[in-house]
Amino acid sequence: MEALYVFCVGILTFSGIFLCLRGRTFPVVLGLTLLSYAVNLFLFSSGRLRLDGAAILGTSESYTDPLPQALVLTAIVIGFAMIAFVVILAMRARADLGNDFVDGREPPDADQAIKPTRGKV
Amino acid sequence: MSEHLAILPILIPLFGGLFMLLPPFAGPQKYQYRRVATLVLMLLQIGCSVLLMLQVINQGATFYAVGNWQPPFGIVLFADRLALLLVLLNGILGLGATLYAFAGSDREGKYFHPLLQFQLMGINGAFLTGDLFNLFVFFEVLLIASYALLVHGGGKQKTLANVHYVILNLIGSSLFLFALGTLYGTTGTLNIADMSLRIAQLSAGELVIAKAGGLLLLIVFGLKAAMLPLHFWLPRTYAAAPAAVAALFAIMTKVGIYGIFRVYTVIFGEQAGELAGMVQPWIWPLAFLTITIGAIGALASPNLRHLAANLVIISVGTLLVAFALRTPEATAAGLFYLVHSTLVTGALFLIADMLGQQRGKALDWFVMARKVSQPALLGILFFVAAMTVAGLPPFSGFIGKLVILQSAHSAAEMLWIWPIILIAGLVSIVALSRAGTTLFWRYSGEGDNTQKLSRWQISGAILLLLGSPLMVIFGASVTDYTQAAATQLHGLQGLFEVMNLQGGSK
Repeated sequence: MEALYVFCVGILTFSGIFLCLRGRTFPVVLGLTLLSYAVNLFLFSSGRLRLDGAAILGTSESYTDPLPQALVLTAIVIGFAMIAFVVILAMRARADLGNDFVDGREPPDADQAIKPTRGKV
Repeated sequence: MSEHLAILPILIPLFGGLFMLLPPFAGPQKYQYRRVATLVLMLLQIGCSVLLMLQVINQGATFYAVGNWQPPFGIVLFADRLALLLVLLNGILGLGATLYAFAGSDREGKYFHPLLQFQLMGINGAFLTGDLFNLFVFFEVLLIASYALLVHGGGKQKTLANVHYVILNLIGSSLFLFALGTLYGTTGTLNIADMSLRIAQLSAGELVIAKAGGLLLLIVFGLKAAMLPLHFWLPRTYAAAPAAVAALFAIMTKVGIYGIFRVYTVIFGEQAGELAGMVQPWIWPLAFLTITIGAIGALASPNLRHLAANLVIISVGTLLVAFALRTPEATAAGLFYLVHSTLVTGALFLIADMLGQQRGKALDWFVMARKVSQPALLGILFFVAAMTVAGLPPFSGFIGKLVILQSAHSAAEMLWIWPIILIAGLVSIVALSRAGTTLFWRYSGEGDNTQKLSRWQISGAILLLLGSPLMVIFGASVTDYTQAAATQLHGLQGLFEVMNLQGGSK
């Protein structure tokens, strides 16, 4: 279980960071979302992974640490609000700046990099 | 009442901000009501922090257990001299910024005053909390308010700067959570004082993980504080922000610095065994490079707002030097410098905006433009601010730098610290005199006398600038206070006693 869990968190983090490094706002927003998923899973695991454990004392044989669950809940709420804000901001930037690049302008070599598909998209 | 005093600096702006969203205050015509309410709230907040400060001076540091859940299990607010000094500073800076905004810039958007209160709430909370996860929550509160304040009034430059600022800080927040998860996973607590006890008892395997978590936290605080190489967002963001907001942002970098001081003195301090002082080897070179890059940026700045932003970076570097020395004496010196630099850089942003208002399309860019129509008033304000920020006597910058230089004792420390701080001071003088001569003396044509400054603007700037002479006149009491604050910060045993934590029990 641990290996699978670690693998998932790792893949999510990797994809999140990769997408955050892209030049357009849409992949960056996706990257931030993936990164926040990875963070939530990671936080959850900080109380150790345990099967069949309840977070409330006395309701089952073994119990698990309830604090990470509370932390994850907070992190999800905050992360959700932040992502909502960044989505609106990205749309505003698209309207204000006339393009969807994070830097607000096309990079100098964008023509060559994007040209082959530009006509079709 | 007095036992609930510690949470009031958070509750006052929270409820104040919420009430300002309700009908009696909401709506474009009701801006006068909002202004009065903001003024009352700011004064309440300052009064409250002064009361709390007196209480802490007389009775020592206290903690406030939210919901009466005792540490280490519940969330605690920890009110000591350091936190209260910064809360009071935040109140004064907020008052200056709101006074300045009363001139009319607060009417460019609907929610300026409520957002400002939420921002103040986040900053106060970050200073007062004694819990790492709570620190994260307050960081997010102050950040989301700052995202919205940064685009206040709208415009292309603001949107562009905000995209960078928001994305960078969201990545920073993710890293913060990774760091928290790592530290919680190894130490099993989030209370800063409790973590400080547990960190010394970790096994060798856990130490490595805790170290990774601690260094991740340094990245987060470094991003907030604009430590090299994470400072690239700062000049553009601060230059694009509306003046009153930029003045308030002067304390935002200090939140990062405060985090570094608190976390790496208490959690990874002397008691931490192998992890004691683990960030020092990183902080030393980064502090010097931050000062250097700030100085280079100051010379290369094309306008006064960029110059002020680069002076913020220099002050961050100087504060990191004070941290890196790791003695209570150096911390005390750093705190004095922190208060002074926050107030004066805040004032510089306001002055830049006032100059821009009178110079037509040239704004505050260093180019030939029409004459400033109130040269005497603005000249005096700029001159005082420039002398203070460059560290020339008789203003507070001089004392601030002097105490930092004095706290370097060994020859190696002096060899590095003295030249770098003094040369950075010299570079600031050069950059500021170039700015002053261009802005005031190189003009073509007469000034536009219709653009008089409002009394609100002048009073806001003067309020922030007044801090400098006051800190010199009451220099002895301020340094006494910062010394006691630094001793309190470094005296971990006192912290454990206040929190009723037993050293060594697990």
